[in-house]
Amino acid sequence: MHPIVRTVLQRLGLGLLTLFVVSVIIFSSLQFLPGDFATSVLGQAATPETVAAFRKELGLNEPAITRYVQWIGGVLQGDFGSSFSGRSQGREREVMELIGPRLWNTLFLAGMTAIIAVPLALTLGITAALYRNSFYDRAVNATTLTTISFPEFFVAYILILVLATLWKVFPSLANVRESTELADRIYMTALPALTLTLVIVAHMMRMTRAAIINLLASPYIEMARLKGVSKSSVIIKHALPNAWAPIVNVIAFNLAYLVVGVVVVEVVFVYPGVGQLMVDAVTTRDIPVVQACALIFAATYILLNLFADIVSIVTNPRLLHPR
Amino acid sequence: MSTDDQTYSAAGEVASVAERRTWWDRTWRDLKKAPLTAWFGMIVISFYFVLAVFAPLIAPYGESQIFDTPYAPWSSEFWFGTDQLGRDVLSRLIYGARNTIGIAVATTALSFLIGGSLGVMAAINRSWLDQALSRFVDVLMAIPSLIFSLMLLSIFGSNVVNLIIIIAVLDATRVFRLARAVSLNVVVMDYVEASRLRGESLGWVMRRDILPNILPPMVAEFGLRFCFVFLTIASLSFLGVGIQPPTADWGSMVRENAQLISFAEYDMKAAMTPLLPAGAIALLTVAVNFVVDWFLHKTSGIRDEK
Repeated sequence: MHPIVRTVLQRLGLGLLTLFVVSVIIFSSLQFLPGDFATSVLGQAATPETVAAFRKELGLNEPAITRYVQWIGGVLQGDFGSSFSGRSQGREREVMELIGPRLWNTLFLAGMTAIIAVPLALTLGITAALYRNSFYDRAVNATTLTTISFPEFFVAYILILVLATLWKVFPSLANVRESTELADRIYMTALPALTLTLVIVAHMMRMTRAAIINLLASPYIEMARLKGVSKSSVIIKHALPNAWAPIVNVIAFNLAYLVVGVVVVEVVFVYPGVGQLMVDAVTTRDIPVVQACALIFAATYILLNLFADIVSIVTNPRLLHPR
Repeated sequence: MSTDDQTYSAAGEVASVAERRTWWDRTWRDLKKAPLTAWFGMIVISFYFVLAVFAPLIAPYGESQIFDTPYAPWSSEFWFGTDQLGRDVLSRLIYGARNTIGIAVATTALSFLIGGSLGVMAAINRSWLDQALSRFVDVLMAIPSLIFSLMLLSIFGSNVVNLIIIIAVLDATRVFRLARAVSLNVVVMDYVEASRLRGESLGWVMRRDILPNILPPMVAEFGLRFCFVFLTIASLSFLGVGIQPPTADWGSMVRENAQLISFAEYDMKAAMTPLLPAGAIALLTVAVNFVVDWFLHKTSGIRDEK
């Protein structure tokens, strides 16, 4: 078998194993709930029969493995069970019904951020690395070191203060609905996307710069320069094939970081996404919703990292041309 | 040192050379060479430290002392106004320094205790224990830590003790990786083998042979981890699942006063109120980053990109 195929398959297997273990961890969190939990969900007025029925529905009377298989089987078919909220009034809502539209919103926000942030950060990072130690490099570096240290909500509120209340350029609330038109949606999502862009560009730019500098310092680049190859050809022919892996890694790492950043930003801008849903569910201790959100976030994170690893394996010149 | 020809001794000369610089002297020489950013960082950190330690003496009012007017404007009586319940914002900022920084320091210390000792132990063991711990850490690191801590907090309930333990354990994974990686270079040294052959206990080897040699990178990491933990706790409190009221804390103060921002046109000062605690968080993180940057540059050159 070609060494690349073998390495990719190994990495895929490892990724699936990680996903499996993570799903077990997220599932087993239910085990640690305090005993009187059923009463606190169903309200004080719940009769012993409804409590018993609820415990049975959670499957607390069955062995954990059976319950895990049932749960993961449902999850794979897009069924996350039903939410705890509204149980005391006898209303039930499917978790998927809550998450579905919000998941789309979150993906929209993350996608919009990525479209702005990735090209911007790569350009900044590569130019800063090429003109290292120039005034431009120092200025970009100092700015990004400062923005890295800022919590997301600080950046968000400064933007709201400047762009939403002092100069009313963008709305400060991003409460989009399903019926919102695409143009309106982009306009309303501008501030959250801008906040995330500022936070993520700093990280991405610094990592790109470090990766490129590292690369340009390697002996074979010096060799190419010494034998008189033109500057552009050094970059395209010699540097770029080896640069793909670090660059893709940087992008994937930061998109994964976006997964976490999105939670805080959604809360600040009251944006109806999965992050806000998860925070609400944590406050009300609505465990099925928390589990579903955690699983979605963790899976995205793992898959992004898996994707980055596979790209860096596939583009690795040493593996592409085995001796 | 003697100049008398009869009693001159080389030993006396050498000894006095070694004595010439005390610990304080050496520190001072390093400090004088520190760049401006590091000085700025150290001054800011000591300022926060003084605020945190002497909070009750400095703060004009009590931590949760309630006055008649909620959302009072900035005045000489209440420098930064009052919050939604009528509590003095300045006093809460000062007490917040104590609570927020104190909890973050405790969490970081706990995570270094757990992650550091397990990491060194794994490096010494190099077999089943190392494998088990490393794979376990791999899995924990596969889940974003803010998401994981949100999930754990929803199950165990949010209070300060749970918060410290959960974040410390999740953060210990990063410390474990670093501690293991740097100790691997130390455990192969002859003196470690010598002390193990002479029958020293595991704890002794960890403390006396390995710890002194991995200290510089670990100290720098402590600064970086502190920033990360500090920001995580601030974010969780901002989301309302971290430090719970009435404890004054910067993260939740931002959230409680956030709606004041929309009055920026009428009262610019009031709109600044939620930005004060957020700015306090940002300033401390910037300061710690500056100091760590300088320290890393000085001790090892890890960040010396060539």
